[in-house]
Amino acid sequence: MSEADGILRVRQPIGVQYRWSAGPNATSHLQGLIEGRLIGKRCPGCELVYFPPRNGVCPKCARILGADVEVGPRGTVTTFCIVNVPFLGQKVKIPYVAAQILLDGADISMQHLIQECEADEVRIGMRVEPVWKDRSEWGPTLESIAHFRPTGEPDVKLGSEAGAS
Amino acid sequence: MRDVAIVGTAQRPSQVETNLTSVELILPVIDEVITKVGIDRSEIGFWCHGSCDYMSGQPFSFVAAVDAIGAWPPIVESHVEADGALALYEAWVKIQTGECDIAVVFSNGKTTSGPIDRILTLQADPYTVAPLWPGFDAMSALQAQACLDSGVVTERAMAEVASRSLADAKTNAIAYAKGDHSVDELLARPYTVAPLRAHDCGLPVDGANAVVLAAGDAARRLAKRPAWIRGIDHRIDTQRLGARDLTESNSARVAAQHAGVGRDKVDVAELHAPYTHQELLLRSAVGLDANKTRINPSGGALVANPAMAAGLARFAEAAEAIFAGGADRAVAHCTSGPCLQQNLVCVMEGE
Repeated sequence: MSEADGILRVRQPIGVQYRWSAGPNATSHLQGLIEGRLIGKRCPGCELVYFPPRNGVCPKCARILGADVEVGPRGTVTTFCIVNVPFLGQKVKIPYVAAQILLDGADISMQHLIQECEADEVRIGMRVEPVWKDRSEWGPTLESIAHFRPTGEPDVKLGSEAGAS
Repeated sequence: MRDVAIVGTAQRPSQVETNLTSVELILPVIDEVITKVGIDRSEIGFWCHGSCDYMSGQPFSFVAAVDAIGAWPPIVESHVEADGALALYEAWVKIQTGECDIAVVFSNGKTTSGPIDRILTLQADPYTVAPLWPGFDAMSALQAQACLDSGVVTERAMAEVASRSLADAKTNAIAYAKGDHSVDELLARPYTVAPLRAHDCGLPVDGANAVVLAAGDAARRLAKRPAWIRGIDHRIDTQRLGARDLTESNSARVAAQHAGVGRDKVDVAELHAPYTHQELLLRSAVGLDANKTRINPSGGALVANPAMAAGLARFAEAAEAIFAGGADRAVAHCTSGPCLQQNLVCVMEGE
């Protein structure tokens, strides 16, 4: 019996590294996050404002997005969920709230955390504002914002279209 | 069977390391082909996309491509994790079912966004071959060596394929590599993965393309001289390299028989051969005589090889040859997997 006959299992880790392109049409959005600004893009066709600018293309019109539009910083919760499940790599203490937020001036919502209030106080229509991390931690990512918190303004009644996507 | 034809094509010039997203890469070719053919998006009954998530490193990245279509109001669309030529096959089947008359097929490959030689290795048998990371070029080199040893190809014949392809590419705006290089000059170059030299391997580029398929009267309305699909067939060899005779392509031979290649003369053949020795194997398997058939007048995949789009590019080039009247009968071919594992063969004719 040769030595190889005893081998039942081998480990063979695999991995591939990529160079990911944000694309020219999303670059101003990412650049804005480095500078503490919220920049979306307006579709030259339907005039909807995308924040984030998806892949630089309006999916309704199939057109390259046009002008930069500064949005927010305040916004409205369009829907949310309370996370109670622990999982590997979890960074936030449970229970916490992940919400879809429609920034003022934007036509699609974005996902972020709601903190500085109890999870059961979060509701659809709640007004919120971003809490930025320390300037030294700003980068081309929505993680430049630590979380959103309630502004205390009266709730907004959302139409059927707002934050639909 | 319904008569189905390619009625328009659009291809993006090849680039290396484009900074565009896949969606930004696709959108202009879809716009171009729709404008060229003169149809409204509302007339398109089916959209079919070919691409590979492993190449972008993002699961379900192909879903984003729907943004490039304009999916409002809702559309009927599908995706194949494969070359766009396989998406064309699906669209052809869709039209055969009678569910639609006009379909748009498109594909994209950002081949330079990752180490493509390693990524394509993931197409190999996942238990015994892929974990060894042999590399796609190295697997092809094994095949080339087997072909040299058995005498079915020679290094000179391989260099002749490269020399002809690079010269033909001079008139192809899509091509990336082009120029006049003698066979002796090419043979004097060093091996990269022996017995392959750099010019024996298709040049990885970023690219995208789109074609419009239409049935019967719609095709006659949309094109002066539609490229009618007279036969199309897809065959696959086992993924176990050791169980195959690598010095021939059995699946290409069977696909060509079923597509009806040999029923009449072939004026132009666009063979998807990412390696020079593979063009030689394919010519023999498909049953083409290089003295009677113009092989890869576009320069083929050697001069621009956007993985997952290079096969559909062959269909676009063959159809354009029919549109222009330079060919009455053309063959388009797409391969996939290591060492010509899968082969799709299509015969097109003008009227």
